[in-house]
Amino acid sequence: MSIASSIGDHATIGRYETFSYLPPLNREEILEQILYILDNGWNASLEHEHPSTAFDYYWPMWKLPFFGEQDPNVILAEIEACRRAYPDHHVRLVGYDNYAQSKGHSFLVYRAL
Amino acid sequence: MSIKTYDAGVKDYALTYWTPDYVPLDSDLLACFKITAQANVPREEAAAAVAAESSTGTWTNVWSDLLTDLDYYKGRAYRIEDVPGDKESFYAFIAYPIDLFEEGSIVNVLTSLVGNVFGFKAVRHLRLEDIRFPLHYVKTCGGPPSGIQVERDRMDKYGRPFLGATVKPKLGLSAKNYGRAVYEMLRGGLDFTKDDENVNSQPFMRWQNRFEFVSEAVSKAQRETGERKGHYLNVTAPTCEEMFKRAEFAKACGAPIIMHDFLTGGFTANTSLANWCRDNGMLLHIHRAMHAVIDRHPKHGIHFRVLAKCLRLSGGDHLHTGTVVGKLEGDRQSTLGFVDAIRESFIPEDRARGLFFDQDWGGMPGVMAVASGGIHVWHIPALVTIFGDDSVLQFGGGTQGHPWGNAAGAAANRVATEACVKARNEGVEIEKNAREILTEAARHSPELASAMETWKEIKFEFDVVDKLDVG
Repeated sequence: MSIASSIGDHATIGRYETFSYLPPLNREEILEQILYILDNGWNASLEHEHPSTAFDYYWPMWKLPFFGEQDPNVILAEIEACRRAYPDHHVRLVGYDNYAQSKGHSFLVYRAL
Repeated sequence: MSIKTYDAGVKDYALTYWTPDYVPLDSDLLACFKITAQANVPREEAAAAVAAESSTGTWTNVWSDLLTDLDYYKGRAYRIEDVPGDKESFYAFIAYPIDLFEEGSIVNVLTSLVGNVFGFKAVRHLRLEDIRFPLHYVKTCGGPPSGIQVERDRMDKYGRPFLGATVKPKLGLSAKNYGRAVYEMLRGGLDFTKDDENVNSQPFMRWQNRFEFVSEAVSKAQRETGERKGHYLNVTAPTCEEMFKRAEFAKACGAPIIMHDFLTGGFTANTSLANWCRDNGMLLHIHRAMHAVIDRHPKHGIHFRVLAKCLRLSGGDHLHTGTVVGKLEGDRQSTLGFVDAIRESFIPEDRARGLFFDQDWGGMPGVMAVASGGIHVWHIPALVTIFGDDSVLQFGGGTQGHPWGNAAGAAANRVATEACVKARNEGVEIEKNAREILTEAARHSPELASAMETWKEIKFEFDVVDKLDVG
């Protein structure tokens, strides 16, 4: 479908909550968000799931949350490792806010095709 | 114990109710009134009169006063302050013993504090500016049925404000066409849609019919986008029995959230509905029709921060707070003050934001702030800055007025919001750099580009009527 003919139409596609209406984040942009998580004193964590069951609340964790980890490059490397281990899964990065007892941040860092 | 004798007649209120040496107890309920007294009434007498009339006093002594311990039950005016920039009025601080109020009853608190006293002849105007609810009293109230954290977990949305919209036109659509408008907005990227507060169960669209079509719209949008969605089904009704009937049906339809108008519906109905929501895992959105009648005049009535605190105690998961930047009244600092008062667990006194007391909520959950009314994509950088993540930004006209319709309008708002959140997290000052952020985001979103073009000139710049008191 040409761009000209789709002007005026908004197509529905599958989304994944925060930042899923933006173009995929590149490595530097993901790094910025990791820094935001760490600066807030939150703990970074990774979750992954097959697209067929991605609507479920719970996705399997990749290892444990990275408690106390302050080096964003370590977390970037974990994202890469998770992606390689589960190439057909979505991967999302989470910031656990233990004060609010909730997630302070959560967004997709790798979208399975 | 001193022996008192009965002395019929009228005494000055100040003799009994003006106690400048009194140190309030942690368990006292404290109130700050802005009083404009009649000419020739001394400040102390007016303050004492307000304390008396809102607690144990009446206009004359009665013999049965001597059958109780009035010194234990009376309200006390304990401080008077000038109002900055206003010679005519003054602040009176009054302490009420906690046993004057039934546990868990906002109705009882308001009946006392803003009851007969507001028609009292000795004062020309009277405004309740703030209440400090002691933690002892807070613990007797149910509060929000779910609260901010539980709502995030249920809706599975983190790290950004929620987005919503009220269905327009607000009156006259059939249920099936109404559901269409809902579906289009939700599939386009909004998290919630909302019944207009005027929509209850009119001849053009009965509630049962609306609930069924809207539920179909919500579940289809959810299925197609893979994101959790909801629509605030308004259960505000002529009777409590009818209200609960609608709430039960909403639950049977699988709705995650319902809605109530807490002032027109009343605090008794609201508290009962909040309790029902807590028992049934239902989120509760609260609209505030009638608030401006009560809170807009700077010298008379009740400030909205008091109504907001009362709502947190009575129960609600969302509360409309104004937008600061849209079509409806709202001073920025004052709004920030009461937004904190409904969301945080401890809020310190801060006169620069209109907060007259420390307020400790203990473990009571917080309420999401809802910004709604005349806002569109150009306001989003300011809204994200003002309201932060724990809010619902609602674009009614700003979604459905998009040249391509509801889905594209929704997508434009979602793209703009996510771009602002991303930039904020990167440390960018988003209000200052609003144009650059939105323009960059629009390069990947023709929906946003079109919205920016449509509303580029629209502003609502009128002076605020109810300002904070400053010298």
